[in-house]
Amino acid sequence: MINSAPTDYLFTTPRKLWVVIGRLRRSGPFLWVLPAGFCVVLIFGYSILDLVQQSFKYRGAWVGFENFSLVLTDPLFRTAIFHNFLLLFAVPILATLSFICAVLLFETRKGMKFYRSAVFLPYILPIPVIGVVFGQLLQLNGALNSALRALGLNGLALDWLGDPQQALWTMGGIIIWKEVGFGTILILARLISLPLETLEAARIDGAGFFRLHLKVTLPQLRPVILFYIINEAIVMVSWVFNYVYVMTNGQGGPGKATVVSELYIYRSAFQNKSPELAATAALLLLLATLIFIIGFFRIQRNLNKGPFDE
Amino acid sequence: MSRQYTFIGKVGITARQLILLLITAMAIVPGYLMVTGSLKSQEEFLKSPWSLPMHPNFKGYSAAWNDQFPTWFRNSFLVTLLAVLFTIVLSASAAWGFAHWKWKGRDTVLGILISLMVVPPVVLLIPLFTLGANLGWISTFRMLILVYIGLMLPFSIYLLTNFFRAIPKSLTEAAEIDGASDFRIFRSVVLPLSGPPLITLTIVNLLWVWNELLLALVFLQSDEKKTLMVGITGFQSRYSLSIPTIMAGMTIATFPLFITYIFGQRYFITGLTAGSVKGE
Repeated sequence: MINSAPTDYLFTTPRKLWVVIGRLRRSGPFLWVLPAGFCVVLIFGYSILDLVQQSFKYRGAWVGFENFSLVLTDPLFRTAIFHNFLLLFAVPILATLSFICAVLLFETRKGMKFYRSAVFLPYILPIPVIGVVFGQLLQLNGALNSALRALGLNGLALDWLGDPQQALWTMGGIIIWKEVGFGTILILARLISLPLETLEAARIDGAGFFRLHLKVTLPQLRPVILFYIINEAIVMVSWVFNYVYVMTNGQGGPGKATVVSELYIYRSAFQNKSPELAATAALLLLLATLIFIIGFFRIQRNLNKGPFDE
Repeated sequence: MSRQYTFIGKVGITARQLILLLITAMAIVPGYLMVTGSLKSQEEFLKSPWSLPMHPNFKGYSAAWNDQFPTWFRNSFLVTLLAVLFTIVLSASAAWGFAHWKWKGRDTVLGILISLMVVPPVVLLIPLFTLGANLGWISTFRMLILVYIGLMLPFSIYLLTNFFRAIPKSLTEAAEIDGASDFRIFRSVVLPLSGPPLITLTIVNLLWVWNELLLALVFLQSDEKKTLMVGITGFQSRYSLSIPTIMAGMTIATFPLFITYIFGQRYFITGLTAGSVKGE
């Protein structure tokens, strides 16, 4: 038995290999899924495992939860998280504005296509371009303030980006400016696909514009609006780097007024050369987004078809 | 739809039109200032930013273009093209694997893919940078393209799987009875039916890669490898004394997108409402 083992091995390996190949050929789906699966596992699987691993180490040595306590007690990290939290207040504003815009577009025949294109335009512009252009417009003596002064509204001509009290709200306003178009189109698409009968019936029963849309349209749009809310919440927590980086030259200024969690991670890793702390902060950010992922799944289940399949 | 044109009704319609005009104005104003600003001189822009350019000149454009715009454009173009092409091929293949066969654990894998769609790229930044540095792939296009492909795959697979699943079974079964192989069915039955979702997906992904900043910033550190978005970010501080040049640069950077938007608006809109989960 023992002596024959090596030859057995030699004989069976090619045969086994052929069996495996044959099975793969017939097993269909795996060959089709494999290349993409490999990429996803490499980019996401590897990264997340490596992230967890790095966040428990310092210069290659195991340090337990020390990185976590360092990050969590870092006032800058707390500020960054707090800023992300403040930006979440833009989400209800976005949902409301999008709903209003969608209803207005829905109720308009004349020029609807033109308005729709215009409202959607900001959403397709690259954030770096938006950042640069708004950065110029919102200077203390920029275009917006010169217009406000010309209208006699000197009190409103604020130092939009230079004043630490102001900068984060300005940033939020710019994000709203860009993201409203997306919500409008999303809600409008749903609105158009709703059965007209209920709307007509309510109208015949004498429901006015406001009653009609608040009592009849809004409840039917709830799933898509919820979807949008979750989506925007994710944006506010983990997608605002571009705005901040472009408008503050990567500093999150003035002072620490616009430092957000992404910028904290970026700066820890590439400016302060402490990748371990950056990894830890990134892991915490990932855990925070997990909460939204759960919410996202809930909505997916409720929608059963999703807002996007036709 | 019958509507009563009473006095109040008319006031309502006018009010709505006015509000829409106001919203449109707000959406367009930065673009207006960008384009008109690019044609003015510095003095003219500072004195009257809102007016139309009285003596339009293209100095800003030539200054911007003579900087590194051609290189940035070429880099962005190359990265976008390759990343999107590979993503489409890989995701179509995988989606077919998900849609055509029912296998154990399929729904779990799809569920995981859906949750990966919301993982912020910044989370993956540090591990991938370490990986790239170990491979010596920093400042190479292949590293960035690989990362982009990986990031775009979950959503792309999800979208195409949904679509492939909706293809009537009778069509693929007919081909199967005729003895067509899986590959043959995919190529001759499924793909010809999938034009619209593939175009939609291509546009969503094009837009995403073209506009991506964070990863391009980190992975392409050498000057001649920069993509357009990274380039224009630094452009601002270099030309801080010439606003028209900055505005011209921004106009150039927006132009390809604007053209695509005008011609592909239908796909843009279906695509982005379908691509809702992508965030940016």
